[in-house]
Amino acid sequence: MAEITLPPRLEGVEPVRSIRVPASIHYRYTAGEASSKFLREVAKKRLVGQQCPLCKKVYVPPRGCCPTDGVPTVGEVELKDTGTITSFCIVNVPFMQNLMEIPYVGALILLDGSDLPIMHLIQEIPADQVVPGMRVEAVWVPDDEIGPTLESIKYFRPNGEPDAPLETYKEHV
Amino acid sequence: MRDIAIVSFAQSHHARAISTHNEVEMLMPLLGEAMGAAGITKDRVDFVCSGSSDYLAGQPFSFVMTLDAFGPWPPISESHVDMDGAWAVYEAWVKMQSGHADIALVYAYGKSSPGDIRRVLSRQLDPYYLQPLWPDSVALAALQARAGLDAGTFTAEQMAEVAARSRRAAVDNPFAQLAGDVEAATLLDAPDFLAPLKMHDCAPVSDGAAVLILAAEDIARELSDRPAWIRGIDHRIEPHALGLRDLTTSASTRLAGEKAGVHHGEVDLAELHAPFTHQELILSEALGLGDGVSINPSGGALGANPVMAAGLVRMGEAATRISRGDANRAVAHATSGPCLQQNLVCVLEGE
Repeated sequence: MAEITLPPRLEGVEPVRSIRVPASIHYRYTAGEASSKFLREVAKKRLVGQQCPLCKKVYVPPRGCCPTDGVPTVGEVELKDTGTITSFCIVNVPFMQNLMEIPYVGALILLDGSDLPIMHLIQEIPADQVVPGMRVEAVWVPDDEIGPTLESIKYFRPNGEPDAPLETYKEHV
Repeated sequence: MRDIAIVSFAQSHHARAISTHNEVEMLMPLLGEAMGAAGITKDRVDFVCSGSSDYLAGQPFSFVMTLDAFGPWPPISESHVDMDGAWAVYEAWVKMQSGHADIALVYAYGKSSPGDIRRVLSRQLDPYYLQPLWPDSVALAALQARAGLDAGTFTAEQMAEVAARSRRAAVDNPFAQLAGDVEAATLLDAPDFLAPLKMHDCAPVSDGAAVLILAAEDIARELSDRPAWIRGIDHRIEPHALGLRDLTTSASTRLAGEKAGVHHGEVDLAELHAPFTHQELILSEALGLGDGVSINPSGGALGANPVMAAGLVRMGEAATRISRGDANRAVAHATSGPCLQQNLVCVLEGE
């Protein structure tokens, strides 16, 4: 640090090395038309993606446009609540106010019929037994707790089907 | 130097809160509109540059997600400025001067409605002495207005005239948010909002977006019947600390105007990005605009002020008037930072 010559009255005074300046701003996030529609369907226990009219890819959750072609995604496609794990990570660090028992698995799940994996929790299986290609199904919260949020799905769990071959999902890894 | 022109422009119907559409949905129709007007598809765009601020969206890297609206595949040449879109035009112009692009698309967007814009803008101040005090953007502008009034640089009557003229002009602007036929004298009777500023001295809070397309030389002539040629463009900045500046004048605008060549010919009209009435007076003086210059025929930022896009809109409004044949030589200006800290001046001409 550069030497600073202080006036006599400040000599010997402890320098300020850091300050704390807490700041917070409240935001109201606009989900937009496509996401609003999707979330309203989630509240009915339905997963509805949108399809690009050009490349035919199905996006879920939809954001109203195809990020590849830059055109509105208008066609709606209802998806099953089953899918394939394309990739995952094992979380060994507690955060989220320690809501989760560690280790736990966060995975990218390609819902059947879609082209964009969603991120969700994997439960009901030890973390070290999760593999890419694992077939999973959604476990929904009780009907009276379902709302317009992906938290309406508690987690995904193995559905007992044999692992999907890499060829079926390698484009999405 | 290559000749580069604005060939197309589109903007949203700015509003206090566009609460049904997210940023991507707000922008996407405008991209189609601007490219459609120029008769091009996205594969002809060599460079995309955008201007926005994550502080408005309250989301880190929100500008990356907004690229979805353009469709960045196959991979595109792209850049972003955390500044008003007018500065994205500057970056695109430099890129085109270097010969690396012939057609560039610039977009900017800002939704002020998700957060409290006056508090959000306080986050651009220095983090040690000013940010902890949360001085909001209107309060700082009020200090500037007070300094100018006390120094006799302008009067409250002149400020009210700016507001009345802007609102009258905005009546003919379908994209404006605040318009109407009001008399300056009536406005002067209004109570103070943040003294000495009255409500009419402040731009409305707006959500909005804009898209502008630049093209070089003969390509510009191909894409537009009457391109608005950029004859000069320059931007200058003043110190971050407000106490180091003379707030009653705008040294950076004066210099940018000189470098951009504002005085090299008659100016038909000027689109000045002044979110406060007194700032338009400061800018007019700094640019030496005479009585014959039509100022803010669109209604200016006092008609609609989509933060991060309002400067780009000024360029688009000026260019549109040249392309329509309403004007031959125009000045477009954009500002950023508190109390006109940073200013960009662009001189546009028809052929």
